[in-house]
Amino acid sequence: MPIHDQSYRRYGGGRAMPGQAWLVIARAGIMTMLRKRAFLGLLLASWVPFLVRAVQIYLAANYPQASLIAPTAETFRQFLAQQDFLVFIMTIYVGAGLIANDRRANALQIYLSKPLMRSEYIAGKAAVLFSFVLFVTLVPALLLLVLQVLFAGSFEFLQKNLFLFPAIIVATLLEALLSTFAMLALSSLSKSSRYVGILYAGIIFFTAAIYGVMVAITGSTRLAWLSLGANLTQVIDVIFRLKPRYATPWPVSLIVILAIVALSISVLERRVRGVEIVT
Amino acid sequence: MRWVCEERSDGRAPPEPSWNSGNPKHRISKDLESMEVVSAREPHAAAKTGPVVHLDAVTVIYGANRALKGVSARFEGGAVGLLGPNGAGKSTMLKALLGFIKPSEGRMTVLGLDVAERPMEIRARIGYMPESDAHIPGMNAVSFVAYCGQLAGLPAVDAMQRAHEVLYYVGLGEARYRNIETYSTGMKQRIKLAQALVHDPDLLFLDEPTNGMDPKGRDEMLELIRDLGHNKNVNLILSSHLLPDVEFTCDDVIVMDKGQVVAQGPIAELKGPGGRVFELRIKGNLPAFLDVLRQAGMEATSTDEDVMRVFVPATAGAVDGAANSALPLFALAARHGVQVRHLRPSVPTLEDVFAKAVGHE
Repeated sequence: MPIHDQSYRRYGGGRAMPGQAWLVIARAGIMTMLRKRAFLGLLLASWVPFLVRAVQIYLAANYPQASLIAPTAETFRQFLAQQDFLVFIMTIYVGAGLIANDRRANALQIYLSKPLMRSEYIAGKAAVLFSFVLFVTLVPALLLLVLQVLFAGSFEFLQKNLFLFPAIIVATLLEALLSTFAMLALSSLSKSSRYVGILYAGIIFFTAAIYGVMVAITGSTRLAWLSLGANLTQVIDVIFRLKPRYATPWPVSLIVILAIVALSISVLERRVRGVEIVT
Repeated sequence: MRWVCEERSDGRAPPEPSWNSGNPKHRISKDLESMEVVSAREPHAAAKTGPVVHLDAVTVIYGANRALKGVSARFEGGAVGLLGPNGAGKSTMLKALLGFIKPSEGRMTVLGLDVAERPMEIRARIGYMPESDAHIPGMNAVSFVAYCGQLAGLPAVDAMQRAHEVLYYVGLGEARYRNIETYSTGMKQRIKLAQALVHDPDLLFLDEPTNGMDPKGRDEMLELIRDLGHNKNVNLILSSHLLPDVEFTCDDVIVMDKGQVVAQGPIAELKGPGGRVFELRIKGNLPAFLDVLRQAGMEATSTDEDVMRVFVPATAGAVDGAANSALPLFALAARHGVQVRHLRPSVPTLEDVFAKAVGHE
């Protein structure tokens, strides 16, 4: 005789208001990644440049002999440029399987049979990658700014370069937006995360190669808009009030970036569905 | 219990029932595209009152293929089987009700809510067990089911508690900490049922729930479904091409074929009390004798080289003064010089209903 009836019971508790499921998806996605040791290693490695820059700022602030390495506004731009490769790796590691794995396991019909909209599902998945990209770009960059104030013991640098604060935020958000939506769109196209990772890397390297060939042929950098990475570099340079390094007008680069984001959202809108209809 | 056919607004009269028309309470049509069937049966003791699903002239088109052709139906609560061969439109109907597919025509309501206007409220109150393998990768069973509960709006603590309870209920209590990707097919079917139940839905959509299960697992799954529908106050729609599954778990059935509802009603009534079925083996001209039986008002189908299955309506027996007996068969056999080598009484099964409804003679 059972000592406890483990039968099905009705539920009488409360329920959350609709519209919060994306938070559940984001939280679950982040926790899933944080449980992977390899990913934790990657996260730690992505903060090594931060430590190097922190030491640089400390030395410059405390030792006059190190004035040569004193931070400037460009230092922060260089730091973000250094993080680009880590962002690339993280985007592939985190993002490639976000939707592809769900498609492989037919999880979309589980998700979309629950009270959540497709946009909530996409928002939840995007939040996972977005958070990690910002964790290796925005967070350390802002911390460096804070450290500069703390080590120098004055607000002089910050007052002279007040634009750095919004510049870091806008630049990192733009980078996170582009990499997140481009990767999510690719992830929605396949059931294999490996294939998606290769495809993403291929697009990045292929567009850069095409641009390199065009530079060799024309001798000009006006076609920098052909390269995904060059567009981002061009716009972020402008955000940091630096001289753009390519001849392509920066608004063109910005339009290309926004067009890629819009195209990615369009792909997601078509691919994230409860059923796949093949006619 | 009664089933009432309503004439549609296009003025087309409902076609005459092709069989079992002796029962005035029973109206079955092979062409319910042109009519709406209203179930006004008394609700099951454990079922909700009021209609749970209502389809009004729903058409779903995939490219050039019309998957649902103007389907109109209205169902009361309880356990309802959605029966039909592969490609009949059963899964399409469920997916349309979930809002996955937008019909090109028609209107649907679930639990009184319009599918087109309030899909989120509907999904909060239904559970869906998909036909194909489906899970969230990288999770163990209890995390997966709790996660599904949270997606459905349950607080994290409640979702986890419900996940444990539901997993025990479906028989996965001991395996709840295993990664789902290591589960057998039968276990994956159970976990799909668990995720559909975790948020305590008012209505369950079960799409081929016994697919790929071994006989023992299948029996256990059917027991679970029967228990849910009959003892746990959960309305359910069971989509299946397996007649015994529907017959065991459901009280009502809707038979679909080629995108249309071809028969529906309480199973007991569809099987019909007004006649008997016999399995018959003869020596003689089988096709000619089949014709003789049909001309005598009986439903006769050849099932093997010399075996036939014959439905003798009560009226046919009454003509010879012995309702529900085999006497008319013997009389016809003697009259046409056919030897009856074997005769075994049988009961009408849902298979007979199904074969008749989809026109498989």
